[in-house]
Amino acid sequence: MEDVNAPHSMGTTIIGVTYDGGVVLGADSRTSTGMYVANRASDKITQLTDNVYVCRSGSAADSQVVSDYVRYFLHQHTIQLGQPATVKVASNLIRLLSYSNKNMLETGLIVGGWDKYEGGKIYSVPLGGTLLEQPFAIGGSGSSYLYGFFDQAWKEGMNKDEAEKLVVKAVSLAIARDGASGGVVRTVIINSEGVTRNFYPGDELPLWNEELEPCSSLLDILSSTGPEPMSI
Amino acid sequence: MGVLVKEAIDVPPKGGFNFDLCRRNEMLLKKGVQPPSFRKTGTTIVGLVFQDGVILGADTRATEGPIVCDKNCEKIHYMAPNIYCCGAGTAADTEAVTDMVSSQLQLHRYATGRESRVITALTLLKSHLFSYQGHVSAALVLGGVDVTGPHLHTIYPHGSTDTLPFATMGSGSLAAMAVFESKYREGLSREEGIRLVCEAICSGIFNDLGSGSNVDVCVITKGHKDYLRNHMLPNPRTYVSSKGYSFAKGQTEVLSTKIMPLREKVEVIEGDVMEE
Repeated sequence: MEDVNAPHSMGTTIIGVTYDGGVVLGADSRTSTGMYVANRASDKITQLTDNVYVCRSGSAADSQVVSDYVRYFLHQHTIQLGQPATVKVASNLIRLLSYSNKNMLETGLIVGGWDKYEGGKIYSVPLGGTLLEQPFAIGGSGSSYLYGFFDQAWKEGMNKDEAEKLVVKAVSLAIARDGASGGVVRTVIINSEGVTRNFYPGDELPLWNEELEPCSSLLDILSSTGPEPMSI
Repeated sequence: MGVLVKEAIDVPPKGGFNFDLCRRNEMLLKKGVQPPSFRKTGTTIVGLVFQDGVILGADTRATEGPIVCDKNCEKIHYMAPNIYCCGAGTAADTEAVTDMVSSQLQLHRYATGRESRVITALTLLKSHLFSYQGHVSAALVLGGVDVTGPHLHTIYPHGSTDTLPFATMGSGSLAAMAVFESKYREGLSREEGIRLVCEAICSGIFNDLGSGSNVDVCVITKGHKDYLRNHMLPNPRTYVSSKGYSFAKGQTEVLSTKIMPLREKVEVIEGDVMEE
């Protein structure tokens, strides 16, 4: 049998994009152990505070522990400060943990959120524990397929709908090409108004090159009017 | 000069680590000596959320390598009156970790005077497993009903957790998941849920070599639980004789009788009572 004892890792596609007035975070929903999909509907976009979320990639255990600690620290920080924590503070805490435990951890995170001082901000904290403030960030195994796409498609000053469309399109492109990404697309939009969570089922995503119409059973193919199966 | 060098060598080392045994083990391994293995439970364990609670299920086979060493073991462990936990992996680890956390939950209940929550058990389990970096090989399906409703989680040996409406674990998880994926739906009734759990476990019992024997089920609802030990017996013991083996008294022939008086072999010496 396959390596079910392999550490749980999230072969992932995660994305964070800033737009005019806020940020959009996006992720696929596949968690795998070796060749087995352990969870096909996982939520990789985790809440840290009311206005800050984080996209997790790499080892599931490591990224959960890091985000659990940071959520705890931020709650304490919010109480002591008497006002919401900023995105910068959240990402700096993640950086602090990722950097000081770099030998133990195998996780890359993208922090996104909105605060009254700096507006919508995206920070990425990749493997070594460095902190990068970026207009958009991509991560996980699926990101390799997206660099060129983002260089072409990302524009300064997009509106909310354009940004979310871009994120959903990018994740579905990565799902089509990256075996370790799949399932559904989840997005989180954060701006001055608050937070919106959206869900795009796997069978309603756009079809890309050579992709087939989704069907729940092989018998559906036989009864459908589509191309004759096994005709080649 | 020569004397000085000799003295420097002869001084016994102070402190530090000794790796002699590590090198011995490496040598033995290279020569093909198999180190002793732990009792791993090749297992099928499952759980699902139904209409008014959670149902957990498990097979009852425990294996030591290729040998079945217990044909009717218990894999659904008690965590709290309203929380139970199925364990797969090294039997000793699943047993130890669930016992430890259930005691922590008991103490927490004494301190707070409130019913335990599933999320508390989850956090305690995952932080323990994470701190041992996967060396405590316990793969768990945790289920229960608390003040916030029914909950089902899976916990992996490295400390990652998932929250799911239906879950499977262990070597038979693929067989069981195939059943769940094709037949699970939201809002199952109690009977439908038990039937589906049994079917998933049976799929593991019959299609996975590591799983076998009987089906244990635990149904947890708000304020009530039913631990159905050996709910199904799909592998009853069979005999060559249809009546089984039972022997009438006196069936065994007595060939000889010899009575040995033990008294003569013991020498009794009078004396004081032994001092305390």
